[in-house]
Formats: sequence, structure tokens, C-alpha cells
Amino acid sequence: MSATQAALRGEVSIRRLSKAFTLNDRRLDVLRGLNLDIRSGECLVIVGASGSGKTTLLRILAGLEQADAGEVDIDGRPVAGVGAERAVIFQEPRLLPWLTVLENVTFGLDIRGWSKARARAEARHYIELVGLGDFADAYPRQLSGGMAQRVGIARALTVKPEILLLDEPLGALDAMTKIAMQQELSRIWREEKVTMILVTHDLEEAIYLADRVLVLPKIKSQPPRLIDVNLPRPRERSSADFVALREELLAEFGLH
Amino acid sequence: MTIQDVNSSLALGADGARPANTGAFGRKALQLVGDLATRFGVLIAFALLWEYGGRLGFLNSAVIPPLSNVIAALRDGLVSGPLKEDLGISLTRAGVAFGAATALGIPLGLVMGQLPTAEKLIDPLLQLFRQTSALALYPVFILLLGLGETSKVFVIFWASLFPILLATIGGVKEVDGKLIEMARVYGARRLTIFRRVVLPGAVPQIFVGLRLSATTALLMLIAAEMIGANHGVGFQVMNAQYNFQLPLMFASIVLLALLGLATNYAILGLQRRLCRWNAAA
Repeated sequence: MSATQAALRGEVSIRRLSKAFTLNDRRLDVLRGLNLDIRSGECLVIVGASGSGKTTLLRILAGLEQADAGEVDIDGRPVAGVGAERAVIFQEPRLLPWLTVLENVTFGLDIRGWSKARARAEARHYIELVGLGDFADAYPRQLSGGMAQRVGIARALTVKPEILLLDEPLGALDAMTKIAMQQELSRIWREEKVTMILVTHDLEEAIYLADRVLVLPKIKSQPPRLIDVNLPRPRERSSADFVALREELLAEFGLH
Repeated sequence: MTIQDVNSSLALGADGARPANTGAFGRKALQLVGDLATRFGVLIAFALLWEYGGRLGFLNSAVIPPLSNVIAALRDGLVSGPLKEDLGISLTRAGVAFGAATALGIPLGLVMGQLPTAEKLIDPLLQLFRQTSALALYPVFILLLGLGETSKVFVIFWASLFPILLATIGGVKEVDGKLIEMARVYGARRLTIFRRVVLPGAVPQIFVGLRLSATTALLMLIAAEMIGANHGVGFQVMNAQYNFQLPLMFASIVLLALLGLATNYAILGLQRRLCRWNAAA
């Protein structure tokens, strides 16, 4: 019993998932009958051109949007709305400006009814983990973009999610910070053993982090593609295999 | 010779920190004087002009008595004269009205800001009331509530209700929807979202409303007391003018100005304490 549960932790099954938007009286298919299984503890990265539905897919998985048709099951249970086993990291850090770093990181635990002392101890651990130990009492306006995003990551980790959903979490950061944060995300993913589903438009980021890359097509008559990334970790951005895979992905977008 | 000089001054700076210190102290004092001059220089010039304008012959002292006479009248009025009683009455009127406006405006604004339909329904009426001068309605209030305290307090309450109400509604509506969504992701329910996200997010706007309402309350207080009262600082301004007690008249005006300043700084101080996170506050 417990063995099966352990095996199921953070497993996602997507069946015939469809979603359309109406824009200026025109129906736009964003997702059309998507099937996908995401393994427990896997890092799946979703890429695709703008309007390919990658953020929509993530928001459906988060329970923030409803699909028109199809199902999403997490550990065998259908998804209905947000859930305690999932945490979301958005493109913006979404910190509460009137709370300190420490108070922001305890936010999720506060809502789950943890005592103040326990929540703070737990939060401090994750603030250390993201390297912001000296900034626990700072206010968000005093932080740089990268630091603020790390606070958001710490806040998501405190609630011990089985699945971490990240919507272009590094999209707004400068190139140097971005690379440092990719390394950090990779380390956190390994240490916390969570299922990580990340949306990005950065192909290098996708290859650096992913076990598998899901490429969502812009033209919906084409099927989505799944690409295995069988490179040893930690990954070397300049290695021949890495570069070859990046070329392959670029070709997917007709950019080669 | 020169090298020795440099060395000795270096040594002085190193072991005896005194010369460097007095230098720093002097610079700081100078900077303080400079800051004060920038901040209060024009104010002091205005006071001096007022005080000596009559004596120098470009102000008519019969109409505008020197500042020192006004200050003396203010002191006498507050210690043994009519201003002490007037001030108490005025503070009570404005205080009760402002308190009631706040007690009704903030909760009502919080609810209306959260319920778009309710807000849409009531908004046209609110806009109409807001644009109708409370002073124009004062005769109506007198007819309905009599010439006594109630109509005076009510007209002040009425006028100061709208700034705080509208600011609170605006504050609630302007709270970042992305923060609300974030709270939802962590499982927060409506009431928790309200308490932990919406309310603190609206606080800066609520304070803007409080300051506007306080200013309005004092403005209406004076108007109401000038129109139909026989006590109060606003009444005293008119009364002193009728009786040609011009120092007392100016003393009353200065008292009202000080009241406004004190209220504004009190609310600002409270805001600074409550919104330390907000650099703009």
C-alpha cells in the first residue's frame, strides 16, 4: 500500500485535454486532445512558440484554469481546482510587498495552519537553501529580480509539493542571473525529489533541466512532440551532444 | 619640510581623531542649518514680513495686526478666553463626524470594492452625491435635523464620508489580481485572501482617503460654524470680525490652520508606522 503510494507521488496523467479561446469572435484551439504521462520525480519542460498553449497547459495543471474537455489525474485522482500537492512559481515573484522575506516564505504554511514558530523554522531552512539567509528581514522592494524570484521559489518549496509547476520562472531575469538560477533549480529539483513541470521559451534552459522536452506546435493539426534528453548531469552547455540537441530543437521551430 | 607637514597632519588624523571629528561635526551642523533654511526659510520670511510689515509701513496694522499680537491673542484665548471652549466644541463636532465617516466609509468601501455588482449599482448615486456640494445640502439637513448639533455634525459627516469611501473602494479594486491568484494557489479561501492580501494591499489608499476626509471635515466644520453656530472656532472667526477683535480673528484662523496641520501629520505618522514596507509612504 505505502509502496504504491510512494510510487505514485507526483505522477500526472493527461487524457484528451482540449482548450479553446474565443478571440474577436474567432475560435482559437490552444490544446487539442493532448495525451501525456508525466512520471514521478521527472523534470518535464514544455516549450513552444507564443500562443502554442504552454502557459495554458500549466495553468490547467495548476487548477487555475479549466479545460474544455479531457481529464488531468494526479496520483490517480482527477484535478479539480488548486491542490495542496501542487505549488506554482510564476514568471513574477508575486511577493506580498508588506511582508518581509521570512514572512513571505511562511505564507503557504500560515494558510495551512502551521504555528508561527514551526513555520518560521521551516521557512528559514528554505531561505538558506536558496542562498538568502542574510535577507530574511528585508522587504521585497529591497531585493533584485533574481533574489525576489528565489524568495518565490523558497515559498513554494516550504509547502513540500509533490509537483512544482513553473511558468517561465526565469523569463524576466538577465542572462547571468538566469544561468545561475538554472543551476540552482537543477540542484533543488534533485535535492527535493519533486516532479517539476516547467514552461520556458529558452531552448538551452529546456535542455539543461529536462528529462523530457514537450514541444507544443503552433499549428494544431500537427501533433506535439516529446524529446528525451539523455545527457548526463550536471549538463555541459558546450558539449557536442548538448549543442546537437539544441540544433534539433531549433529545427522543430523551423529555425535551422 | 613639506613631507614632514603631510606626515604630521596624517599622524594627527590617525591618533587624535578630534580635528577630523570637529570638522565632521561642523559640516553636519552646517548641513542641518542648510536643511532647516530650505525647509522653513520661506515660512520664517513670511512670519517676519507679517510681524514687521505694519511697522515698516507696507501693511495696514489696523486690518492685519502684527504676528506677535496674534500669538498673544491666541495664547490668551486658549488660556482664559473663548478659544478654549470653542476649540473643545469644534474638535468634538469634527471628531464625531470624521469618526462616523471613517467607521462607515472603510467597511462599506471594503465590501463594495469586493462586490463589483454592488459597486456598479451604487456608483452612479455615489458620484451624484459626491458632486453635490454638502454645503448646498446643509439647509436640507437643517430642515430635517434642526438647527442644533445634529445637523452640523451630519453635514461634516456627509462631506467627509465620500473621500474615504471612494478611496477604500479604489484601494480594494487596485489590489494586484496576481497576488490574489498566488494566495489561491496556496489554498487560501476568500476570507483569508481578504485578510492577508486585499486589506493590507488597500491600506495605502485608505490612508490617502483618511487624509482627504480629515481635510474635508475641517473645511466643513468651519463652514457649518460660520453659517449657523454661536460657538466653535469657525464661529469665532466671524464673531471676532463683527466685533473688530482682529487679533482674535487671526488667532482663530491660525488655530484652524494648526489643527489641520496637526491632523495631517498625525495621520501621516500613523501611515508611516503601519506601512513601513512602502517606500513611497
